[in-house]
Amino acid sequence: MGASFGRGGATGFLQDLEKADCIVIQGSNMAECHPVGFQWVMEAKARGARVIHIDPRFSRTSAQADTYIPIRAGSDIVFLGAVINYILSNDKYFHEYVVAYTNAATLVSEDFKDVDELDGVFSGYDPETGTYDTSSWAYDGVSDHPQGDAGGQGAESEESASERAAGHELGGHGAALEHAEVKRDETLQHPRTVFQVLKRHYARYTPEMVQEVCGIAPEQLLDVCEAVTANSGRERTTCWVYSVGWTHHTTGVQGIRGSAIIQLLLGNMGRPGGGIMALRGHASIQGSTDIPTLFNLLPGYLPMPKVGPHDSLDEYLKEIASPDQKGFWTNARTYTVNLLKAWWGDAATAENDFAFHYIPKLTGDHGTYATVMSMLDDEIDGYFLLGQNPAVGSAHGRMQRLGMAHLKWLVVRDLNLIESATFWKDGPEIETGELRTEDIDTEVFFFPAASHVEKDGTFTQTQRMLQWHHKAVEPPGDAQSDLAFFYLLGQKIRDRLAGSTDERDRPILDLTWDYPVDEHGDPSAEAVLREINGVHLTGEKAGQALNTFNEMKDDGSTAGGCWIYTGVFADGVNQAARRKPGREQNWVAPEWGWAWPLNRRILYNRAAADPDGKPWSERKAYVWWDEVEQKWVGHDVPDFEVAKPPSYRPPEGASGPAALSGDDPFIMQADGKGWLYAPTGLLDGPMPAHYEPHESPVTNPLYNQQANPTRQVFPRPDNPSNPSNGERGAEIFPYVFTTYRLTEHHTAGGMSRWLPYLSELQPEFFCEVSPELARERGLVHNGWATIVTARTAIEARVMVTDRVVPLPVGGKLIHQVGLPYHWGVGNEALVTGDSANDLFGVTLDANVHIQESKVASCDVQPGRRPRGPELLEFVADYRRRAGITLETGNKLRYPHSDATTGADTDGQGEGTP
Amino acid sequence: MSTQAFGSSGIDQAFGSSGLDQAFGSSDPNGPARDAGWEDSPPRVGFFTDTSICIGCKACEVACKEWNGNPDDGFDLLGSSFDNTGQLSGSTWRHVAFIEQRRPAGTAAGVFLGMPESPARPPVELGMPSLSRPGDSGDTDGRTEFRWLMSSDVCKHCTNAACLDVCPTGALFRTEFGTVVVQDDICNGCGYCVPACPYGVIDRRIGEQGTKNVGLAQKCTLCYDRLKVGQTPACAQACPTQSIQFGTLDELRERAVDRVQTLHDAGVSEARLYGEDPAGGTGGSGAFFLLLDEPEVYGLPPDPVATTADLPRMWKHAGLAAAGFLAAAVTAFAGRRR
Repeated sequence: MGASFGRGGATGFLQDLEKADCIVIQGSNMAECHPVGFQWVMEAKARGARVIHIDPRFSRTSAQADTYIPIRAGSDIVFLGAVINYILSNDKYFHEYVVAYTNAATLVSEDFKDVDELDGVFSGYDPETGTYDTSSWAYDGVSDHPQGDAGGQGAESEESASERAAGHELGGHGAALEHAEVKRDETLQHPRTVFQVLKRHYARYTPEMVQEVCGIAPEQLLDVCEAVTANSGRERTTCWVYSVGWTHHTTGVQGIRGSAIIQLLLGNMGRPGGGIMALRGHASIQGSTDIPTLFNLLPGYLPMPKVGPHDSLDEYLKEIASPDQKGFWTNARTYTVNLLKAWWGDAATAENDFAFHYIPKLTGDHGTYATVMSMLDDEIDGYFLLGQNPAVGSAHGRMQRLGMAHLKWLVVRDLNLIESATFWKDGPEIETGELRTEDIDTEVFFFPAASHVEKDGTFTQTQRMLQWHHKAVEPPGDAQSDLAFFYLLGQKIRDRLAGSTDERDRPILDLTWDYPVDEHGDPSAEAVLREINGVHLTGEKAGQALNTFNEMKDDGSTAGGCWIYTGVFADGVNQAARRKPGREQNWVAPEWGWAWPLNRRILYNRAAADPDGKPWSERKAYVWWDEVEQKWVGHDVPDFEVAKPPSYRPPEGASGPAALSGDDPFIMQADGKGWLYAPTGLLDGPMPAHYEPHESPVTNPLYNQQANPTRQVFPRPDNPSNPSNGERGAEIFPYVFTTYRLTEHHTAGGMSRWLPYLSELQPEFFCEVSPELARERGLVHNGWATIVTARTAIEARVMVTDRVVPLPVGGKLIHQVGLPYHWGVGNEALVTGDSANDLFGVTLDANVHIQESKVASCDVQPGRRPRGPELLEFVADYRRRAGITLETGNKLRYPHSDATTGADTDGQGEGTP
Repeated sequence: MSTQAFGSSGIDQAFGSSGLDQAFGSSDPNGPARDAGWEDSPPRVGFFTDTSICIGCKACEVACKEWNGNPDDGFDLLGSSFDNTGQLSGSTWRHVAFIEQRRPAGTAAGVFLGMPESPARPPVELGMPSLSRPGDSGDTDGRTEFRWLMSSDVCKHCTNAACLDVCPTGALFRTEFGTVVVQDDICNGCGYCVPACPYGVIDRRIGEQGTKNVGLAQKCTLCYDRLKVGQTPACAQACPTQSIQFGTLDELRERAVDRVQTLHDAGVSEARLYGEDPAGGTGGSGAFFLLLDEPEVYGLPPDPVATTADLPRMWKHAGLAAAGFLAAAVTAFAGRRR
């Protein structure tokens, strides 16, 4: 999303779904996982909108859709590519919108070579490292005209440029370009225009290919193509909805890019009833990337600086945002300085680069999976788990549990004694004998946590909206909020360090750590939100809250903890706490809560008007240029400089916001355009190309390259992979499985499996299988099945159902198994069971380090799994039979021609001990 | 629950002033509260459950238990699609049924293909519980014609409520809102009401010793306590799609008729109302439903009749018979004098 439009959040708001004429839900089980938001889909349906659900399983979402299409897990890009092909081949795109608002007319460098030309990879691929040098993907002219001292940048900064592009960082802004001068052909005829590149790239995404790869009949594809094109244009809009069914793949970012291309071609971005609803996994996940819990981000999507290239503030800023590019991201210095002032107050001065040196610098990948592997290597002493249950919720649960058993200390803050707090006494590895309680030195500290009704604070939910929740009751017993816990912990650490003269203690001692506390000693959450919003530090407004991030200065006279949240305390008022009923305001409901940025509810809404500033149609009017008032007006806050007329054209040599034309709606993008083609910012390709999942019983028929060649693999003995089709032993794991959630439970179960009213509704772990698979494997409804991968075997009750349909794919019938992942092994919860996530290994997407936990291959057998040490032998036997080695499945550049020679033939090197 | 509420209804009244006909068959489906002796009673309220927009989230089941403090019904996987509470019971007062339904290919609503619905109504597969388990059948034809029905069931709060009629203690009573409620402190757990209910709704609570209200007859109160303070019942409040609508019965009936018409116009010819008809066997329900198939498919009786419906007639016959006996006896004695 960030790479396509400039920001990583959902582009609209849930209530806006009711304005859609067609809603495509793909990679999401919205009715089950977002039932409250789904009311707006039902509302749209009641108003006559067409609802289409494309998913491996017929779920409660499918039950309400007008059209349900079963798809093979992990093949979405082929389907999306075929829709793109249909749009381009039949001239169904919104011509005026595409020319004006996207980069369709921009010319791509002559050096760029597409996957079709290079046997399955884009130009710039290095098979040794499994990474791309993305310089050949650039726009034409960009690399020819280096600005400033950019000409002096050597290979080193090029490499870091590709590293920094990692997708998370694009949450609040688009990728950097050196400058805004691009060559355009607005006739779209030049063979190197993005439009023509796109057309060639997707020419092979045909209905036949969709049938072969996705298992979807041509008439079903055509039905969707006709529905979305008929419901797009001046008068109508289509919305695309996705969730973690798209993100948890080694091609996750590219799947989302696929829908972004469609929505740009159809002119649905920035318009009511259009856009892309990125449904976040749970309550405040959007907030946890805005104010990040990710290792590679600072608040407001500023990249975490790295050791070496980012040792000084100037070096850091020069690299994260070229001052010569267009758009608002050129103000990155201001945002960074304000963050530093918020954290270190008076200790951050212009003389010391605002204490930039206090920020720890990255030395490498410290993502969650890399961290667990470091635990296993005894490189990590301690671990905080806050509302996280990795023993159940993370891929490869066994690796998670074994890793935690290497820690010296573990802090678990949760509502209940979750499996991650008790694995040392009742985890699966205790049963198999791999771990013995008396051998585990990890000291586990369990802190009961306050629930959201027991503390003040905000949720930032799926539509980037902050909603304040007031404490309704005091937390019971020793339970306390995370805020109180960390505030007290910080105080204790600072007390310990008091008087220290050691330079390395300064960042902690100089922190602004002085929040007002209530009678229970709890710090004021509102004071924290106000600090995040930002304040004037000097001048006549000193002490007053900032109203917008445009008031931020880069000279230290203002401070603000997260620039995109500036405005949540506008006029000194907690705007997130607003609860004006919908019936008392317009349908956009701008006075309910507060959405970043600056309370804009639909992003890029300048695009709701034509280039001249007039609504595309009365029916879809949203934000438009008022000639009389000489400003942008409408139902929402304009996502544009409010007084910049549509006719504005930047003067020669302009940069920053001033370089954006009056018809550049994507104001966070370096060229002001929506990106059909991403010349930079992504690590695995400028356009989505289909690669098979890391483990797949199907050969990729599109390219001579099986899986994403940039995926992060971890060929370790404790992380074996199933062989994919073409590799030796692939037939041992003939089925595809996918994981999902049920309405009745919450993720890894910490908030639901301890509650009787939820547990009784879905008491046991089950697997959904088709009647055909049941017959093939002798599975009995409500009996037991054992599901096996190279990692482990788990057991589940069998649910034979017509809702799962085997799909004809690649000349055979592919069976898919559905596994809800809510249960875990332990003795504390009301309901327990094997954990579906134990089946996965760790293989990650290159852009955002997200694990592929929505698809893998497996075997299924009737009956319960072996117990104790016999389980280990059972799984080891599978690995032996499949001939699994460290190399199996882990070769990055894997043309099919190599497949037969690539496999280990003697079955040695058998993985896990 | 006020004693006054009890005092002004219940058996005294039922067998007293209001007479047999009224006790066992309200003449006014909107006015059972008035029939029960309430003066200035508020309009009758109830539920309209539109199953065509139910997403099966079970928020109603959870909200009901949370508000009423009802215990769980055990942690058993029933193998009945996504339904693991099984049926309405003494502890589960809202219950969501899940029906996975194959439909004959080429005739019914094409859920997979999104084709327009055929206006002609196909032969009905009732989806009745059968002895075969899913997957036992070798037949996989027609898989593309599939639908998953969900429906939240609840006490019907009948106009002619047999449970209330047979309750010997007066624990069951008609509220001023026209609903039927058990008073936990009066109920002695005799269970007469259980077989009396034509829907199989009311049941004695099963549970370990010490469980709240264990052994007593229990069912939906339509959140009598919430109604008393002007609040919406918990299940309707929690429903995210307004599948469960709460309101005055007159308004709900209008809404329901409109909704059926809308669905018929959209080609969903199988939409029909269930339980709203005052001419029905229970005199019309305070909680009625929009269904997309025959009631049996959802586990609802097709033609429920209040089990006490025939009582007035039976009493009359009995009365006549008694009078006859009396007359005969008198005659006999009189004859002897002669």
